[in-house]
Amino acid sequence: MLEQLEGSVAVAHAVALCRPEVIPAYPISPQTHIVEGLSAMVKTGELAPCEFINVESEYAAMSVAIGASATGARTYTATASQGLLYMVEALYNASGLGLPIVMTIANRAIGAPINIWNDHSDSMSQRDSGWIQLYVESNQEAIDTHILAFRLAEELSLPVMVCMDGFILTHAYERVDVPSQEQVDRFLSPYEPRQVLDPSEPVTIGAMVGPEAFTEVKYLAHVKQAQALDLIPELARELDGVLGREQGGLVRGYRLQDAETVIVALGSVLGTIEDAIDQQREQGVKVGALGIKAFRPFPLQEVRDALAGAARVVVIEKALAVGIGGIVSQDIHIALGSSATPVHTVIAGLGGRPITSASLTRLIEGALAGELAELTFLDLNAELVERELQRTREKRRSGPHAENMLRDIGVVAAGPV
Amino acid sequence: MFGVRIHGRGGQGVVTAAELLSLAAFEEGRHAQAFPSFGSERTGAPVVSFCRIAEREIRTREPVSQPDALVVQDPTLLHQVDVFGGLRPDGYVLINSTHGFDELGLGEWTRNFRHERLLTVPASDICRRHIGQMRPNAAMLGGLARLTGIVTLESVCSAIAERFPAGLAERNIAAARECAERVAAQLGASVGA
Repeated sequence: MLEQLEGSVAVAHAVALCRPEVIPAYPISPQTHIVEGLSAMVKTGELAPCEFINVESEYAAMSVAIGASATGARTYTATASQGLLYMVEALYNASGLGLPIVMTIANRAIGAPINIWNDHSDSMSQRDSGWIQLYVESNQEAIDTHILAFRLAEELSLPVMVCMDGFILTHAYERVDVPSQEQVDRFLSPYEPRQVLDPSEPVTIGAMVGPEAFTEVKYLAHVKQAQALDLIPELARELDGVLGREQGGLVRGYRLQDAETVIVALGSVLGTIEDAIDQQREQGVKVGALGIKAFRPFPLQEVRDALAGAARVVVIEKALAVGIGGIVSQDIHIALGSSATPVHTVIAGLGGRPITSASLTRLIEGALAGELAELTFLDLNAELVERELQRTREKRRSGPHAENMLRDIGVVAAGPV
Repeated sequence: MFGVRIHGRGGQGVVTAAELLSLAAFEEGRHAQAFPSFGSERTGAPVVSFCRIAEREIRTREPVSQPDALVVQDPTLLHQVDVFGGLRPDGYVLINSTHGFDELGLGEWTRNFRHERLLTVPASDICRRHIGQMRPNAAMLGGLARLTGIVTLESVCSAIAERFPAGLAERNIAAARECAERVAAQLGASVGA
C-alpha cells in the first residue's frame, strides 16, 4: 500500500512484517525512531510474538542478540555511530559464530569532534567484521532490502547490516509502498536455524580454536560470505516477483551505456548524482553512475564489468581513511586490476555536509578537464584549514583544533542551516 | 519541482509543517519529500525544514537552497538568520506577523521580488484564538496553499486531520482556514489595486 511515511517508520513496518521474535535495542540518533516504532508495535501486540528488550548499552544489545539468535529466534536490532563502535567486540562474535542477526545502521559520523549527522564512517569501520553490508539509496529500497536481508542472513547463517543514511533517509518523509503481510510471508518463511542451542540436543557454539584450524574457520567465513554474491541477485529476482518492482542486485548502473566518466557511490547520494548526470547528459557529456549496494561481500566482477568502458572513474566516498584517503576506492582499484583507468577519490558529505548538485556538476566538469586530483575533498574550506595550521606553526600551545576552527567561522556549536 | 523552505524555532512544529505539506501533496497523488535540517533539537533554537513536491519521483537529497516558497513561522528570525537566502525571483513568502513587509523593515528587500507574492498573516494570533497555543505550523500551511496553489486547502486540512488527534486537528483546521481567508483577502486587495 502506498503511504507517505518517515523512513524510520517505514523500516519499522518492514521489520515487523518480517516477524522478528527478539529485538534488543538501545537508542542512539538517528536510529532511535526505528526501534521506538518497533517497541510500540510490540507493546500494542501488533507485533507478536516478539520480545523487545530495552538493554543498557549497545554492547548488551549485540550480546543479547547473539544469545537470542543462537537459541533459534529471529533477531533484529539497530544502531549508529558510537553505538556501533561500542558493540564491536560482540559484532565479530555474531559473524564468527554465524548468527543471522539483521541490524539497521542509520549511518552517522564518528567523533571526535562529536557530530550527530550523516556519513558512512560508522559502517565503513566495520567493513571487515564479517557482516554482510548492504547500502540503500531510498526509503523504498530500505523497506525491500530489510525483507531480503532476513532471508539472506538465514540462508547463509551470517549477520547482515542494512546501511541507510541517517537523517537523510531515516528522517525523510516520502512515498513508499509497504508490502502486505501475505507478500512478505510468501518470500520469508519462519526461521529454520542451521545451528541452535537446544537443551534436548546440547551443543557448544563458540569453542576456542587454535592455530590448527583457525585459518580454515576464517577462510570458511570468506567462502560463506562470497556465496552472497550469487544469492543476493537470486533473492532479489524472487522478491521482484513478489513485490512487483525491480530490486537491483549487487550493483546498479545508471546511464552507463557509452559513459566515459563513471561516478561510483553508495547510499542516498546516488539520487542527487543521478539528477546531476541527467543535466550533464542533456549537454552531451557522457557520464554515468554505478551504485554499489552490496559492499560486503564486494562484487569485484560486477564492478569490473560495469567500469570496463570507462575512461575515468570518480569514487564519491562518505568516509575517510585517515592516512590514505578513500576506502571504497581501494576496492575499486582491486576490481580494475591492471587496467590503466584512472580512479579519483572524492571525500564528500562528511558529518552531514550536503552534497549538492552544483558541487557535483563542478566535480564532473573538473574531471572532464583533467583537473581532478587523485584525492580531493569536495567543497573543502582550505583557507580555514590553513589558518589553523598557521596557528600551530606560530604557537606551541595553540589550543584545540575543532574549537579554534569553529571560532574562525563564527559558530559556537551548531549544525548546517 | 516545487521547493518549500520553512523557518521557525524549536517547539513551533517546523518539522511537522514540512511533513504535513508532503502529506497534503501525497493525498493529491503527487510525489513529495519532507525533511528537517537535522540540527540538535533545542526549544527556541532556529530550525529549518524542507519540502519538495513534484509530479514524478524525487531523487535529489540536497537541502532546498533555491526555494520557490518560504514560510517564516517566527518573525524574530528575520534579522537573525538569512531566511531569504536563495529565494527565486518569482518566489512566494509567507511570514507570521501582524505587520506588513515595510513595517518589518523589509521594504527595500521586496523591490526585487513580486509584491503580490509576499504576504504576512497574523498566524500566532489566529492560533492563540483557535488552538490556545502559539504553534502556527499547520495554520500557516492553509495560507501557503491559498498563496501558492501548490496544494489545495482541502488537502492541507485532510493532512492535518490524518496527522493530529481529533480535537486538536479540528482546531488546527479552523486556524488553517482562517489563515487561508486572510491570504485570500490580501490577494483580492492586491488584484484590485
